[in-house]
Amino acid sequence: MSTMTTTPRTIRSDGAMGDARDLEVVPLRHWGRWVAALLVGVFAAAFAVSLMNNPNLEWATVGDYLTKEFVLKGVAVTLMLTAVAMVIGTLGGVGIAIMRLSGNPVLRWSAWLFVWFFRGTPLLVQIIFWGFLAALYQRIQLGIPFTGWHLVDADTNTLVTPMVAAILALGLNEMAYAAEIVRGGIIAVDTGQDDAARALGLTGAQAMRTITLPQAMRVIVPPMGNETVTMLKSTALVSVIGGHDLLTAVQSVYAQNFKVIPLLVVAAIWYLAMTSVLSLGQYFLERRFGRGYASSSRPGVVSRWLGSRGVEGDAR
Amino acid sequence: MSAQQIEALETMVRARGVRKSYGSTEVLKGIDIDVMSGDVMCIIGPSGSGKSTFLRCINHLETIDGGWLEVNGHLVGYRRKGDKLHEMRPSEVAAQRRDIGMVFQRFNLFPHMTVLQNVCHAPVLVRKESRSSARAHARELLDRVGLADKAERYPSQLSGGQQQRVAIARALAMRPPLMLFDEPTSALDPELVGEVLDVMKGLARDGMTMVVVTHEMGFAREVASSVVFMDDGVVVEAGSPDQVIGAPQHARTRAFLSKVL
Ligand SMILES: Nc1ncnc2c1ncn2[C@@H]1O[C@H](COP(=O)(O)OP(=O)(O)OP(=O)(O)O)[C@@H](O)[C@H]1O
Ligand SMILES: [Mg+2]
Repeated sequence: MSTMTTTPRTIRSDGAMGDARDLEVVPLRHWGRWVAALLVGVFAAAFAVSLMNNPNLEWATVGDYLTKEFVLKGVAVTLMLTAVAMVIGTLGGVGIAIMRLSGNPVLRWSAWLFVWFFRGTPLLVQIIFWGFLAALYQRIQLGIPFTGWHLVDADTNTLVTPMVAAILALGLNEMAYAAEIVRGGIIAVDTGQDDAARALGLTGAQAMRTITLPQAMRVIVPPMGNETVTMLKSTALVSVIGGHDLLTAVQSVYAQNFKVIPLLVVAAIWYLAMTSVLSLGQYFLERRFGRGYASSSRPGVVSRWLGSRGVEGDAR
Repeated sequence: MSAQQIEALETMVRARGVRKSYGSTEVLKGIDIDVMSGDVMCIIGPSGSGKSTFLRCINHLETIDGGWLEVNGHLVGYRRKGDKLHEMRPSEVAAQRRDIGMVFQRFNLFPHMTVLQNVCHAPVLVRKESRSSARAHARELLDRVGLADKAERYPSQLSGGQQQRVAIARALAMRPPLMLFDEPTSALDPELVGEVLDVMKGLARDGMTMVVVTHEMGFAREVASSVVFMDDGVVVEAGSPDQVIGAPQHARTRAFLSKVL
């Protein structure tokens, strides 16, 4: 190619291609990845085989119990607890977040106090506390303080059943976390958006509801998806107060027949199935709130599975 | 009606001794300004002189610490009872802002809405217009700014100049008698400045009252009925474009113009 007599670099860079056109481009081969995949595959297969052949897991028993009525009921309770706690937590969290960003110092500080308390104590402690509320207050009375007039006056144990205690504990705890996530989302929205909304004559509430929050959702949805998955698993904690969730259901059965491992495998399979469905739901929510942003049209893993469709606005 | 009242009605913006401080720094140090109905006032001045702050005071996006401001004969943000000015409730301020359009340097279009939704949003939500009449009006305005074919796009799919024209249409959709522009072309590539200025010139020809903070001296000379030079929170010089830009009286004005012209 080049004779080494004069400025070889120039000659090389000018001359390497000559007059060539239409050369084939060979992508960089990632040999390391293939080796790694092979190794991981071998180990995974070996582990799977060992699980299959492990007599302690009693796969036949697992199969028997997987769709037993008490298991399905436990699954239903777990789903219900998750849904109700997340609805309370999310709506309440939005409220607390707006309070924390409010100009009113009373609202700001009460919201801060709420988050401080419910985020600062372990969820398990809160669940036990609500479950044993009767030890603290035997009767619950709601009315005008110091007047003796009551709207509600009931025995604590009839009012706060284990289910109500579980919902209160999970919901209030989630509220504190959701509030921080929502607040982060609101702060992430450019202040120019609020300026523009208010310059058009929107009230603060209208601007929050139609301009700021929908944009904050883009930031809020991924961590809230995470929260929902965490919540689904946290419902297992209410077994300490007898909450009839999935884990409580299998525990009460293996306490009698001692098939601890197979029944826990049953529970794990159901938890995995439920969290997988939740992840799919999160994907669709993310796509919904990513509308109008360039990156949202990038096809993700799920859309490749489901056959890709562009974002509505892009297609037109 | 006395001559004084007639004059008052024809004054769209009247500012007297407007003061504004952020913490201990005074940003506006007593601004007096009159904008007549149908006028285009251009505000020029160096960075940090308080132009944006004053513009934001006109529609009460910023509260003022002294003096007063009237738009269309109504005190902005306050109600007078005897010798006292009472602060309005937020909802009353919001109602006042409906009649003052504002266009921002960085467009501030709502990214989660299509162009058409951007333009229709406030008329439907705030003015309680029917969706169909708001849409019809929006399409008319988009046509006027030359973007009739972009109604279904999202802002991120438009160029800066197109976004700013949508922002103008969005403000006009509230049918305001007064439009405020804060450096509407400063964030644009040079080749896109013209299309936005053309829309603004059209508005001026149609008799819209406008207050425009700008560095576009050509636009100011061509369109403005008056030019105000601000520096360090005070109005240094005000008058016709020929006076202020053509034959500035003050050294500070001359120094500023020598840098931007
Ligand atoms: N929210 C705020 N808090 C504190 N200081 C502020 C705030 N907004 C503006 N200022 C200060 O007020 C002064 C005037 O700002 P303003 O934005 O009105 O200037 P401007 O004339 O519009 O400048 P530019 O040409 O750069 O836009 C500046 O010194 C600025 O730093
Ligand atoms: Mg400015």
